[in-house]
Amino acid sequence: MKFPLLPDEASEAARQTDYLYWAMIGISVVTMAVVFVPLIIFLFKYRRGKKADRSPVELPEMKIEITWTVIPLIIFTGLFAWGTKVYFKIERPPPDAMEIDVVGKQWMWKIQHPEGKREINELHIPLGRSIKLTLASQDVIHSFFLPEFRIKQDVVPGRYTSLWLKANKLGTFHLFCSEYCGTHHSAMTGRVIVMEPAAYEAWLMHGETGPSLAQSGERLYRELGCSGCHENSTIVHAPPLAGLFGRTVPLQTGQFVTADEGYLRDSILLPARDIAAGYTNDMPSFQGRVNEEQLLDLIAYIKSLGAPTPNNSPTEAK
Amino acid sequence: MNATLETTQTVPVKEPKTYLTEGHTLKSWLLTTDHKRIGLLYLYSLLVYFTIAAIAAALMRMELITPEGDLVTSETYNKLFTIHGTLMVWFFLIPSIPAVLGNFVIPMMIGARDVAFPKLNLLSWYIFNAGGLLALYSVLFGGVDTGWTFYTPYSSTYANSNVVTMAAGIFIAGFGTILTGLNFIITIHKMRAPGMTWFRLPLFLWSMYATSVIMVLATPVLAMTLALMAIERIWGVGVFDPKLGGDPVLFQHLFWFYSHPAVYIMILPGMGVISELITCFARKKIFGYHFVAFASVAIAVLGFLVWGHHMFVAGESVYASVVFSFLSYMVAVPSAIKVFNWTMTLYRGSISLETPMLYALGFIGLFTIGGLTGLFLAAVGLDVHVTDTYFVVAHFHYIMVGGMVTAFMGGLHYWWPKMTGRMYPEKLGQLAALIMYIGFNLTFFPQFVLGYLGMPRRYHAYAPEFQIYNVMSSAGASILGVGYLLPLIYFIWSLKHGKKAPANPWKATGLEWQTTSPPPKHNFHETPVVTGPPYQYSPEETEMALHQSTNEKRAAP
Repeated sequence: MKFPLLPDEASEAARQTDYLYWAMIGISVVTMAVVFVPLIIFLFKYRRGKKADRSPVELPEMKIEITWTVIPLIIFTGLFAWGTKVYFKIERPPPDAMEIDVVGKQWMWKIQHPEGKREINELHIPLGRSIKLTLASQDVIHSFFLPEFRIKQDVVPGRYTSLWLKANKLGTFHLFCSEYCGTHHSAMTGRVIVMEPAAYEAWLMHGETGPSLAQSGERLYRELGCSGCHENSTIVHAPPLAGLFGRTVPLQTGQFVTADEGYLRDSILLPARDIAAGYTNDMPSFQGRVNEEQLLDLIAYIKSLGAPTPNNSPTEAK
Repeated sequence: MNATLETTQTVPVKEPKTYLTEGHTLKSWLLTTDHKRIGLLYLYSLLVYFTIAAIAAALMRMELITPEGDLVTSETYNKLFTIHGTLMVWFFLIPSIPAVLGNFVIPMMIGARDVAFPKLNLLSWYIFNAGGLLALYSVLFGGVDTGWTFYTPYSSTYANSNVVTMAAGIFIAGFGTILTGLNFIITIHKMRAPGMTWFRLPLFLWSMYATSVIMVLATPVLAMTLALMAIERIWGVGVFDPKLGGDPVLFQHLFWFYSHPAVYIMILPGMGVISELITCFARKKIFGYHFVAFASVAIAVLGFLVWGHHMFVAGESVYASVVFSFLSYMVAVPSAIKVFNWTMTLYRGSISLETPMLYALGFIGLFTIGGLTGLFLAAVGLDVHVTDTYFVVAHFHYIMVGGMVTAFMGGLHYWWPKMTGRMYPEKLGQLAALIMYIGFNLTFFPQFVLGYLGMPRRYHAYAPEFQIYNVMSSAGASILGVGYLLPLIYFIWSLKHGKKAPANPWKATGLEWQTTSPPPKHNFHETPVVTGPPYQYSPEETEMALHQSTNEKRAAP
């Protein structure tokens, strides 16, 4: 019979989390000793009927109280700082991370690689590369949990969340949904398969490979009629999309917003929300006309449009 | 004149009337305004809710013995954990110590004849049970499958179960909680006996005061949140569902703005009971009275500022998470202070290990473990891994069952002689406390490991490598069950066969012990006057008295 204490460590982040975990256990054991050892001694020494010195003593109450207020305060502040440091490390993806999209729906995970490979309840990733997952939900809140990487992130409908990881171990690992999402919540599980980079490349090309996400997005862009307004040749005045992604966009309200995935998503579904400066709200909402996967395709296409053309001044975005 | 004389002569020596003998009809109970009877009414109704919730837990633990979902369907399993969570939180834990023990002893502890608004007190019980019956209806006829947290948009749009009925039940019961809190606040302010200054209040009252403030301030937020959720579900008004233009995370902010302070409703009263028990059974004045008292207030205030620590991975901003993490560490400080002070109180005491004291010591042990694992969860980087796993389940059961239920059992044993006029069987009491302690740890300690290994909560079926710890946990739960059944049996037995209780079996100093057991309807024949601080125990005198009595026994034959 096996009594495992920790899941595998499949990333450096997992190791960092485990260090913190062991330190916490160490501090807990010391604290328990500090409380329980005197407590047990008192229980034996001052048990009723046992001879002991019980005469009242004047203890320096204030000093004692301050001591056991300040010492925990210092320890707690230290733990806070450590926990925050680990958090920042697992929260911020490195800029060169490879991107993979994940859509959660009752009760499965749909995963799409930028090259067009799509899979269900399985996530193949190459060893040693930073990977940023963009998470979207088609229905309720799910949570993407990889215990061997010590990371999880809720997948919230109506917005994008993200998670990043860098595997340093080959193998197959758990994928769980950890936010209760309805009847078959506990069946919404899958596997992460970490492969050698070369094997990953081969896997990407193997079997059923559709068009890349950007290509699918471009097809949608034509089919849905986006191109009718967003390309320079038209009479309707709509912001050009080339080079939009990642730029700071001034809004009609005088505020500024970074054109990230979330902004693009909102602009497609809720076009009236943030109107770029210099434009009017002529765009219809595409809510209900595109699903989460198609949205991600469209965004992949907009991202693929690359750097702004020289005659596009930054104020003309959207 | 003659007639009265005759009656006194014909009736044999009659015991003085107590609150229990003031009328035996059902009406005399259901229309009572006596805080003591209302406390008992709460005790009976809580027993019903607790039993149903415990049966749900037992079925879950049976299902989880094997990794496959083979005993019940997923749908049933989800309904079981919803029954367990909703009933335990709102219909057992929140009213447990406040409504049962608080109602019974608060007026007596301050030397009052009743609470400030006795009729309102009775009304609270009816409102609470109206909500409770609606909740029971919703789980027994159709069921609810959202979990006790009602996260949107699952609850508001997707779930096909009695969500609105259950929410209405909790909504209604909340008004009972608010009225109880209000009653206690005013009672403690206005009904104190002459000489009972704020710093002469027993610490149970400080913690009940802090609890009542939370009840009054936080519960309306829950009512509002559940109402918004129901409005979205019934009429499709977009508040939380993004498809209707709402924000699902907003629901979590509102829900935890209530539910985190509610966690302190579920522990502060327990801490208050422990202060009473430790002092009485160690025969010592509490160490650091002011610090323990103000720690309760600090917990109540800081408890309102930490709700975001339930949402570190829910999509709140990185910086919000960092701030909530820091505040969560701060709220741990006053809890730590209390534990240190209780331990220090034992120093140079005269400690006896009767059942209530065993529960108090159990509380310190379990609450310390629960509190320390809270530090793990407050560290954002670590919480990312363990949140929504069994680690969290284990942590809050250590606080709520290991802490609050243990304190409730301790308090129930302590005040049982006062409530019923009977003693419970001491040896059985000690045995039950021990069984409960062992059963509890075997049930919930393995769940910490399970959580760190990555088993998510609310899983009907799970990966095979998690089985060994689940088997341990289920085995522990069956022991824990015995630990609960045993007191139920001997408490009932003691009502008829228990030794008659003296007025003050524990030789405690609280005012509630200065009247008969059970007390007369209006508690005191004469309003007591308080002349000094609480907990004027002397361990030396206790030892001396013990010596004398053993010497007398030796000399007797």
